[in-house]
Amino acid sequence: MLAARLPVQRPVDAKLLVVDEKRNLIHVPRSAFVDFLRADDLVIANDAATLPASLTGTHEPTGKPIEVRLAGRPSLDPKDIKRFSAVAFGEGDFHMRTEDRPLPPPLHPTDTLVLGPLHATIETLLAHPRLVSLCFDGTADDVWSGLASHGKPIQYSHLQSSLELWDVWTKIAGPPVAFEPPSAGFVLDWHVLSAIREHKARFATITHAAGISSTGDDDLDRLLPFDEPYHIPTTTADAVEQTRQRGGRVIAVGTTVVRALEDAATDDGHLRSGDGVAHGRIGPATQLKVVDAILSGTHERGTTHYELLRAFLEDATLERATAELDARGYRTHEFGDSVLIL
Amino acid sequence: MADVFDGVRVAVTGGTSGLGFALVRELVQRGARVAFVARTRERVVQVAQENPGAHGIVGDVAAKNDIYPIAIQITGELGGLDVLINNASDLGPTPLAMLSDTECEDLERVFATNVIGPFRLTKALMGALAASAREGRGAVVLNISSDAAINAYPGWGAYGSSKAALHHLTHIWNEEHVNEGVHFLSLDPGDMDTPMHAAAMPAADPATLKRPEQAAHELLEAVAAQIERMAVPIGG
Repeated sequence: MLAARLPVQRPVDAKLLVVDEKRNLIHVPRSAFVDFLRADDLVIANDAATLPASLTGTHEPTGKPIEVRLAGRPSLDPKDIKRFSAVAFGEGDFHMRTEDRPLPPPLHPTDTLVLGPLHATIETLLAHPRLVSLCFDGTADDVWSGLASHGKPIQYSHLQSSLELWDVWTKIAGPPVAFEPPSAGFVLDWHVLSAIREHKARFATITHAAGISSTGDDDLDRLLPFDEPYHIPTTTADAVEQTRQRGGRVIAVGTTVVRALEDAATDDGHLRSGDGVAHGRIGPATQLKVVDAILSGTHERGTTHYELLRAFLEDATLERATAELDARGYRTHEFGDSVLIL
Repeated sequence: MADVFDGVRVAVTGGTSGLGFALVRELVQRGARVAFVARTRERVVQVAQENPGAHGIVGDVAAKNDIYPIAIQITGELGGLDVLINNASDLGPTPLAMLSDTECEDLERVFATNVIGPFRLTKALMGALAASAREGRGAVVLNISSDAAINAYPGWGAYGSSKAALHHLTHIWNEEHVNEGVHFLSLDPGDMDTPMHAAAMPAADPATLKRPEQAAHELLEAVAAQIERMAVPIGG
């Protein structure tokens, strides 16, 4: 697949590969997504807005440059904004492939970092030289203000221009809790939501702190995805229940929605509302309890996202679909094309 | 019985002066969770100190690059948003000038604050507002209007035409988002004893003007009525 190099959420030529229930492969413009909905289907998206989670500054003990990418936090509570797990890089920026980024200066507990207006202290070293937990100085409002003025969206070298928050917030973005955009949701705009209603289908959301997708380090990437807190509104849990009763399908927009819904599913297929933390990976061995179908970006073999798709499709069909994506020039990464697996 | 604003998450632009200041104070007193925006850091800090619990945000709605930093602080600090009050306004140069004597750059600045700013901020916060509506909390955008939006007062060209644009924007938005459960109000607070009114009409007798506290209360009653019409108790 080709890398999507421009930060355009809904390019006019965006493509969609549909894998229907009979495992036919259908190529359509992505705007035709809603035509595959039926009355009583429920489309669920992640309404997390994306944090400007890349912070550059100085490692005070050595005076050397550092970039920290915030990568996890214990809960979604707005006041619980001072402690994060973070991945640290040495000098360089997103123009350099993460694989090529030097290690940060050796980090130790109590080291202080000056990140623009923000000051942080390293609290713990985690399972890797790049991975730490840190705590910001000041009040929660100070941290929000510092992130807002100094942080930049996390980005990778396949994009050349610097991303702004408006590039990475979906139209439905609400609470700013994601570390990278829940990019499957780029397909949605207010017109599409209106079209979903016209198809007599319904729309609901969860909030899930989508984590970082890659660190460039194989050892660290094996730990991904990190634990991700989520919130499921009562109204969404109720909508899932009603969809079940009416025989509709639960269609997840993006892998984060699958993670949250399946984590909150009870063994008999009901959904707990409220707060939770999604652990572990979803893959071919996962028995999906709540989600019937997924609208997702295109994903390359070997990624955790690709593995998640194996929970929806037998390997032979997924292989066939991936070959089609390659052959037809589908674009990948966050601003790429999409697949709908019914 | 709890006040309808108890726990409701509200953002007010232009929250350190005149009507906006009065809105912030009443909202805090009524138990709302409030974030307010204004340009002057010292004043933001002062108003936040005087209104414990209110979150002060420094920013200029007329500046494109301030919008997302403002939006993320609002939704970050409040954990979402139920009510947005686009109150920040620019009167344009005073003494008030006839339209043909108004500099193009002054007109642009008035529109940047009174139309484009609210447009950008509302757009950035639509996701949060729609989420609130879906969760049964109700969602309201109140855009502060003026009788100058309706009547052609000589000398009020820049301000009046910008408020007319905002008024119409509000109504179209309301039509487009009614199915989402997000409601838009455009309300005229009336002639108030505020710094802006004094700048526009220095000769006016303040005793003949409405107190901003009175106007704020009337506007909030209108928002409260809208919330009560929409809000469905969780699980209800």
